[in-house]
Amino acid sequence: MAARVGVVVFPGSNCEHDVVQSVRALGAEAELVWHHQDDLGGVDAVVLPGGFAHGDYLRPGAIARFAPVLEAIARFAADGGPVVGICNGFQVLTEAGLLPGALQKNRGLRFVCETVELEVATDRSVLTGGVAPGTRLRVPVNHFEGNYTCDARTLAELRDDDRVVLRYVDNPNGSVDDIAGVCNAGRNVVGLMPHPERACDPLLGSTDGRVLLSALLGASVPC
Amino acid sequence: MRAASGAVPSRNCAKERHRAVAKRSGRDQSGTRAAGRPAACSIGAMEAAASPDAHEPEAASGGGRSGRNAPAAAAGDAIAGDAAPGMTAGDELAALAMHRALGLTDGELAEVEQVLGRHPNHLELALYAVMWSEHCSYKSSRVHLRRLPTEGERVLVGPGENAGVVDAGDGIAVAIRIESHNHPSAIEPTQGAATGVGGILRDIFTMGARPIAVMDPLFFGDPEEAHQRWLVEGVVAGISGYGNSVGVPTVGGELTFDPTYAGNPLVNVLCMGVLPVDRLVLGRASGPGNVAVLLGSTTGRDGIGGVSVLASAGFGGEDGAAAAKRPSVQVGDPYEEKRLIEACLELLEAKLVVGIQDLGGAGLVCATSETAARGGVGMDVDVTAVPRREPGMEPYEVMTSESQERMLAIVTPEDLPRVEEVCRRWEVRTAVVGRVTEPDGSGVGHLRVLDGFGGAVLADVPARSLSDEAPLYHRPLARPTDLDARLADDPGALPAPASCTEDLLALLADPSWVYRQYDHQLFLNTVEGPGGDAAVLKLAAPGLPPSDRGLALATDSNPRWCSLDPRSGTAAAVAEAALNVACTGARPVAVVNCCNFGNPEHPEVMWQLSEAIDGMAEACLALGLPVVGGNVSLYNESAGADIDPTPVIGALGLVDELRARPPGISLREGSSVVLLDAGPEPEGAPGTRGRPSLAGSRWAVERRGHRNGTPPRLDLAGHARLIGLVAGLVAEQVAGRGGDVPLLDGVHDVSGGGLGVALAELAVRSGTGVEAGGIADHSDLFAETPSRVLVCTPRPAEVGARAAEAGVRFTVLGTAGGDRVVLGDLVDVPVAEAQAAWRGALPALLDEWAPASS
Repeated sequence: MAARVGVVVFPGSNCEHDVVQSVRALGAEAELVWHHQDDLGGVDAVVLPGGFAHGDYLRPGAIARFAPVLEAIARFAADGGPVVGICNGFQVLTEAGLLPGALQKNRGLRFVCETVELEVATDRSVLTGGVAPGTRLRVPVNHFEGNYTCDARTLAELRDDDRVVLRYVDNPNGSVDDIAGVCNAGRNVVGLMPHPERACDPLLGSTDGRVLLSALLGASVPC
Repeated sequence: MRAASGAVPSRNCAKERHRAVAKRSGRDQSGTRAAGRPAACSIGAMEAAASPDAHEPEAASGGGRSGRNAPAAAAGDAIAGDAAPGMTAGDELAALAMHRALGLTDGELAEVEQVLGRHPNHLELALYAVMWSEHCSYKSSRVHLRRLPTEGERVLVGPGENAGVVDAGDGIAVAIRIESHNHPSAIEPTQGAATGVGGILRDIFTMGARPIAVMDPLFFGDPEEAHQRWLVEGVVAGISGYGNSVGVPTVGGELTFDPTYAGNPLVNVLCMGVLPVDRLVLGRASGPGNVAVLLGSTTGRDGIGGVSVLASAGFGGEDGAAAAKRPSVQVGDPYEEKRLIEACLELLEAKLVVGIQDLGGAGLVCATSETAARGGVGMDVDVTAVPRREPGMEPYEVMTSESQERMLAIVTPEDLPRVEEVCRRWEVRTAVVGRVTEPDGSGVGHLRVLDGFGGAVLADVPARSLSDEAPLYHRPLARPTDLDARLADDPGALPAPASCTEDLLALLADPSWVYRQYDHQLFLNTVEGPGGDAAVLKLAAPGLPPSDRGLALATDSNPRWCSLDPRSGTAAAVAEAALNVACTGARPVAVVNCCNFGNPEHPEVMWQLSEAIDGMAEACLALGLPVVGGNVSLYNESAGADIDPTPVIGALGLVDELRARPPGISLREGSSVVLLDAGPEPEGAPGTRGRPSLAGSRWAVERRGHRNGTPPRLDLAGHARLIGLVAGLVAEQVAGRGGDVPLLDGVHDVSGGGLGVALAELAVRSGTGVEAGGIADHSDLFAETPSRVLVCTPRPAEVGARAAEAGVRFTVLGTAGGDRVVLGDLVDVPVAEAQAAWRGALPALLDEWAPASS
């Protein structure tokens, strides 16, 4: 039975259809989950897609974290359900306290849209299970606030617990320790700035994102 | 800086393009009707030189002239004053000052009086002033635009609607439009550019189409000047901030630096959307009894007089004048627009609206009068029902405000609750502000502005008179008197460069500094993004039937050439745009244009415009390309100097089968580098080949400051053969029929910077060297002779055979490979050094001054 992935839509989200398309192309089912919903309808995994939830007003994710759907996601995550936040979704997860740290404006204070090289830092997460650490992937980034930051203690924790999931090979935004993605202590909640759904079609130049989304689907097999 | 012969070029006056994909075509500058289009503001015109605060009618103390049938004014309404009969001479004078202050000429006032059969009141005057502005009415250009070909078998909607619409096949249509937002961007670059994007997106989704791509041709002065860098930074930030947030990828454009734009930058924006053919909707009201619902943002005082203040006059050049106009620039809210897009597309998908129209230039008066006029009906507008951003707004302010992110939907009373429900879900505000009314006994639909439904009538005018019956001007034309001398002053007499390598490197510039700030990948459609000859997109979007087809989009312009010969220069821009889409395997099917010109009251400018239109028409006819939309931006001048004529052409191409990536601008080690050439042979002495013309070339203008000479000739029949050849060769490859070893490793047209720049770009983009011969001197290296394409192929004989069949000249220039760029005896440079020059050009110009970047 195919995994069912819920893709969360806030007003201002804009990558929701892209995630749905890429997940379906990998054989999974995908459905949109409206931000007012307080129930996830029994999905096997949740993706918070990129975009500008609530216009990124105040700061990215600052308003979205109060949406009813976030309470449902927190419960789902606490029960071990796989949750991935991509770009704006990562920002929402940090604002909601489901992931540590914060995303600040890029070094250089400019928006960056380009395909970058990533290195898988751990295979112990729902997004990288079965992917050998050290694997290099070409995946696009697209953000203004993608510069990951956290205090020294958190950073030490992330390193010591092997919770840095992805690193940039050539850091495009100034992120501390070249971090492109991290996970929670349970390893079932992952946030990353790059967009794996944009690297799933050979016509678009890279299919490396399939590795990550496939791992997520593998971790989401319905029971 | 017209005719700025001998102007000193900036250290690195780069013109580059980050072209991208797109699809479909645009609309608007109608040759057939008064395209009273309120777009988000471009440059329009207006005669009476409006003073910066001319839109404040209170300045013309007192009430207006009353007329026989003038509607009663609401008490205390300063604008709708219906002064009692028997006005004093002083009142007459005040009324006279009023229409002039609003930008109407005495003759136009007389026409208004003839239409109404009485004197207009002040509110009515304000309505006519904005609707009859150059920006909304195209009154100076319409007589010329009629000469453009607009028909074609794929054209579903031509000029005159919110956007042009082209049938792309598989039940899918493409909507396309281009606009300028020049003067707002000159004054407030970030908001000016941002609202330019917002305005054109509304034009596209008004047609029922989901916007899927934006392109931005940008023109600035010398970036060595701090003010120009401020403009570049602000405009790019505005496009990036709005476009990325609203969620529409920006897939290409152009960036040109030239002193001609120092006082008046150009910010054009093209948008393309896709829709199922059966969802096509038009901006018209019908069904008396239906209601007009205002969707989206509240109405404030921002942007009042945008069309008449900004778009209707040039910049005088006096200190502070531009800053004084800043309050007339609208402010954009991409989050509001994003919700508005989703709500409107849902309403259209559910067929809950009868007609829909965006609010742009001239705001509510334009949207209501245009929808009513198109539907042959009238409309009552309750000005008190319009949600306002601030208290104390006068009716004329509410009617003419250009507050952004608003749409007007015509809805049946039965569907109104469902419309409100959809909008509530998307957090989009709704207000019933109007009712569709029957035409009167003579079949005339009236636009009436009411102080509450059933309340006093503040204005009552025939709707069509506002939108379709603006005066038409046959302005005087005059060929510039200095033109013959300029044409005779040929750059062929300039001394050859001491170092062609140095000149070549100075002409290279990677535009990624600009486009990496734009989301160019959203929607998973971008097969070839910015930086190529054209952008290539999959023909796909949520809700569309599946398709293997693709779309290609390119914008092009050639102001250097147009300043010397606007007719052939414009034809060349059409030719280049069409060739660019062909380089990606697409058949060009339609064009849109954005005509950026100077002051139409200068006969030389009107001559340039007229010539440009003729050149565009010639090229479009020869290449079989209908013009499905356009925009005219006049009064691009500062301190009395007009910009060089800058018609920008957007070309839409269709790819029948998009299964593999196009070869792009690339070289492969060991393959041959071939020139396909369909241009006329340069004329020399009898029996000899002449030297190609350097007139209007980037080398002459940017490296030598020489802006004169006779540009190369353009052979449109040969160009059409070249387009057919290249599109056919590349199409086979992108359809996946190229075989195991593709026939083409790279394709690139020869344009700005000539053969030298085109060869160098192939090398720097692929990191592969090239050794090419057949380049005798700097004319061969830098001349911009049209109708040429470079191809890198492992099987040159095969390409040669196809070229022979097509009647296109074929020359093997050399071989790709190694780590140097070697061009005849003229250029020899390591690829790495060329790459460094290419990559470093824009950062050196624009980042060096930026706030800390690490």
